[in-house]
Amino acid sequence: MKVPVSWLRDYIKEPFEADDLAHRITMAGTEVAGIERIGSSWEGVCVGLVLEVNPHPNADRLRLVTVDTGSSRNEVVCGAPNVAAGQKIAYARIGACLIDGHTGQPATLKPAKIRGVVSEGMVCSEKELGLSDDHEGIIELPESAPLGIPLTEYMGETVLDLEVTPNRPDMLSVIGVACEGAALLGVDPVICEPEFTGKGESIDQLVDVSIEAPELCMRYAASLVRGITIKESPDWLKNRLVNAGMRPINNVVDVTNYVMLEYGQPLHAFDYRNLAGQKIIVRRADEGANFKTLDGIERKLSSDMLMICDGKGPVAIAGVMGGENSEVTPGTTDVLLESASFLPASVHFTSSRLGLTSAASQRFERGLSPHLALKALKRATSLIAELAGGMPATGCIDKAPGLKPVVPVPVKVSRVNGLLGASYNREEIVSTLELLGCELLPGSNQDEMAVKPPYWRSDINIEADVIEEVARIRGYDTIPLNMLDKAIPNQTPNPMLGFKRHLRQALVGLGFSEIQSWAMTSSVMLKKVLNQAELEIWPLHLKKPMTVEQECLRTSLRPYLVSSLASNRRFEEGAIRLFELGSVYLPREGNLPREPQILAGIISASRVKEHWDIEPEKTDFFTLKGIVEGLLASAGVQAEYLPSNDGGLKPGVQAAIMIEGKQLGVLGELHPQVCKAMELDESVYLFEIDASQLLQYKLVDKSYRPVPRYPAVLRDIALVVENSVTHSQVMEVLSGYPLVVDVKLFDIYTGKPVPEGSKSMAYRLAFMSDKKTLTDQAVDKVLEQILSRLEKQLGAVLRR
Amino acid sequence: MDAITSREELDAWRIKYLGKKSAILAILKGLGSLPVEERKVAGAGANSLKNELEALLKEKEASLAGGQAGQDKAPGAVDITLPGKPVDLGHIHPITQVLYELGEIFTSMGFEVVEGPEVEWDYYNFEALNIPKEHPARDSMQTFWVDAPPAEDGREMLLRTHTSPMQIRVMEKQKPPLRIVVPGRVFRYEATDATHLHMFHQIEGLAIDKGITMADLKGSLYEFSRRFFGPDRRVRFRCDFFPFVEPGVEMAVECAVCHGSGCRLCSQSGWIEILGAGMVHPRVLEAGGIDPEEYSGFAFGMGIERIPLLRYGIDDIRLFYSNDLRFLRQF
Ligand SMILES: [Zn+2]
Repeated sequence: MKVPVSWLRDYIKEPFEADDLAHRITMAGTEVAGIERIGSSWEGVCVGLVLEVNPHPNADRLRLVTVDTGSSRNEVVCGAPNVAAGQKIAYARIGACLIDGHTGQPATLKPAKIRGVVSEGMVCSEKELGLSDDHEGIIELPESAPLGIPLTEYMGETVLDLEVTPNRPDMLSVIGVACEGAALLGVDPVICEPEFTGKGESIDQLVDVSIEAPELCMRYAASLVRGITIKESPDWLKNRLVNAGMRPINNVVDVTNYVMLEYGQPLHAFDYRNLAGQKIIVRRADEGANFKTLDGIERKLSSDMLMICDGKGPVAIAGVMGGENSEVTPGTTDVLLESASFLPASVHFTSSRLGLTSAASQRFERGLSPHLALKALKRATSLIAELAGGMPATGCIDKAPGLKPVVPVPVKVSRVNGLLGASYNREEIVSTLELLGCELLPGSNQDEMAVKPPYWRSDINIEADVIEEVARIRGYDTIPLNMLDKAIPNQTPNPMLGFKRHLRQALVGLGFSEIQSWAMTSSVMLKKVLNQAELEIWPLHLKKPMTVEQECLRTSLRPYLVSSLASNRRFEEGAIRLFELGSVYLPREGNLPREPQILAGIISASRVKEHWDIEPEKTDFFTLKGIVEGLLASAGVQAEYLPSNDGGLKPGVQAAIMIEGKQLGVLGELHPQVCKAMELDESVYLFEIDASQLLQYKLVDKSYRPVPRYPAVLRDIALVVENSVTHSQVMEVLSGYPLVVDVKLFDIYTGKPVPEGSKSMAYRLAFMSDKKTLTDQAVDKVLEQILSRLEKQLGAVLRR
Repeated sequence: MDAITSREELDAWRIKYLGKKSAILAILKGLGSLPVEERKVAGAGANSLKNELEALLKEKEASLAGGQAGQDKAPGAVDITLPGKPVDLGHIHPITQVLYELGEIFTSMGFEVVEGPEVEWDYYNFEALNIPKEHPARDSMQTFWVDAPPAEDGREMLLRTHTSPMQIRVMEKQKPPLRIVVPGRVFRYEATDATHLHMFHQIEGLAIDKGITMADLKGSLYEFSRRFFGPDRRVRFRCDFFPFVEPGVEMAVECAVCHGSGCRLCSQSGWIEILGAGMVHPRVLEAGGIDPEEYSGFAFGMGIERIPLLRYGIDDIRLFYSNDLRFLRQF
């Protein structure tokens, strides 16, 4: 909302500084986003009179203009086609600061010879004064403009640009802003009660108004002015509209806009003669009907939308926009003025469904008071009669099925201070509210009162609303600072938070960097990285995605993890390790999706030698497995790894991460097809763990075992087994011997002299007892049992 | 010996005390002329003195050599300027880092960190927070609706547009007093550019008890600012509107670049808006099953991405989700 400060001064008679007022309004809840100072740079520009216009001796398109400023006469070269003798114009003398017509930048006017003639200054267009981009003709000032006075004084203006919050329809009106400003300045605004004088027939005999949808229309008021002449508005009106950001059209339309800016109440003018049957019917639209709005666009209606109709059909969409068919035209002589109150939600619905917002709809949807309608109507009627020369019919139509009296809000002084933590006394509270135009009714005791807000403040309905009024007008800085001194409430610790932090830190220690990716992806992308022709889990889709690449909610972290590796590879030759810890969204029938926290990491080897003393590390499945094992061990969890069948991973080089018989994740090499699809020309390894489930197995209570008191005895054995025998089979045998406390597989060998189809696996076993120091004989005895068991179960032969 | 600072001085010292003409050598040479008993005592004494002096000499030689590294090479010396064998450490995402920092501050002020669903019902995101259907306040929170059938009670599924739905969820589950903060991702149907994202992070706070006041709100948020932004940054509270609070508050901190005098970063205002807050609206308390006659509370909500943006002078908010290591490694 753009508010010219001179307009505010119509209602605030006490002097004030615009900057001070802007600051107060900002602090009280409506941000003044900008202060525009029209004419602040017009130094050296004044009102001049064109005495004569003569042809330029050397150029057909230029003229020599003699300008009188009252104190001097100057000859100016001018190219504007509309310059004429007798005009009042804006004259800039040499040295004035203007906007350069070509560069658009401020520049000082220098003496110049134009086609051989010296120009003593300039006759300005709107562009040179920074008013608009119009460079075609000069500005013609009204005849009444006093000769010689600085232009800033004559038509300078300061305009406040307000960002109005959705709760304050009153701040979309100059009077509303003036009342707010006056309260903040501690003065009383001066606002006249509008009235007009009608003549002749009563309007009731000329127009018939009926409201068929009273649930959507609280009030419908109308007046009729006949015998008007459509013409341009006077300059004062046009200037105010322009400064408030509206385009002048003609006197009738301009008045409806002017009064809307002044009171906040939208008005509509119909050509009375084009209203079929001289009737207004307020009713719901016919489902599916079409209607052409003022802007010439055909709109499709639904029965939830409220229409203004005449005897034949719709003439306006209530509260949003009028129709082409009843528009005021240059030939209009009789206008019917509408000033109505529509249900805010209904206007919002209609305007958002049609994608059509207007100055009117923005005001209605914020909840305008129905009390405004009649006042604005009277003001507009008298202005039209004044400016367009017509005669109003006697009286107004006023159907008000939804007009309710303003209800006083009970307020307690103790509650005001109780909620704010302030210590205002009753008088301070009362005087503050009275400044805002509230009517104060006494309560049954010194603590109680009832507050009747002014009719334009439809946002004040409950005690808390009144308390905010007191606080913001007195200033939030009058409320003290207090540290919460109440007992800290009982808390239910959430172990997941600490666990996630632990996982992140552990991975950072392992060289992984955390990424954060979009929650949205596409089914195409999911199919690509999961290597599924049809997705096993169909993701939740968005009703209206922004792009097809982000059409659905991710069911896997893989898409962005893999694509981030690929995109980083473009500038990164070294090892890359990335992880993400975040939600995936797994659909559930009839409920919100499950949002487990998934931890996924991806690694890729360095492709160059990076250090003078280290060969590039070899990265393979076991690099990844070591990371997963280490990570799980740090969480106090031991996993089992079983062959798995994940389509996105390479067959045979992947494993399911099993904890207590339950699969919590997977690890392996990315499937070559996925690499190809993602344009990765290297081996990439990936793991995925459901951190939410993992938490349940996390070792919370670590138990103490005594530090060994006796030394361990070490024995190395090399077993020759068939290739099909796995490490875990060997481990299973060894696990049956409690004296074996640690096992390390330190070598695997194939080739001579190990027979074809077999391999040699070298283990280092640590034997230890918690009761005594083991003798060599005792260890040898157990080792013998182990070897014979290994031979029996796995066909293992000790390699000598 | 302590006064010696150069090789030359040390040589002179060596000649004087350990040289052929030194007193100690004279004693040792003269031992033969002493009786056996005295010879033993004098010999031991002189030898121990000589050893002591030699040790002092060695020590000084070493310390002088150390002062001229690279000139006098000790056997096996290495070029200590060569790069060490790297220990690769990764980086926690800057947004995560800020969330942890905020979580720690609020935890120490008695707030409990809780998390909530990112896919929500419209009831929790809007209606229960006093944002009815067709309210213009919804227009500032353009919504991603999920293409799923509505629940039996007619609730519709959406991506939460703020972390505030957790206010209601926590009130439904826990009886007051309560004090929580909720970090998390939120979504807005907004075109992405250098200053806007359709997905970003927020942290929500809520404190409810008997007799909680706006002075408590101001004090708590001031304390947060003091710990997070530092004690020298001034704080400003002004009135603002959010449907789920009344009175509503906006907190700004003094611009770190211009210290309040106005610059490009703060659009000449001297202040940086940091968070929205207010006293919990009675209708919101009621929606959470709490009697507004008995309890009051304050709530606040803050966008996260802005903080590292301002702190590090990052000029494009999209970098946070670019997953670009050249960016992530800087934090
Ligand atoms: Zn600044």
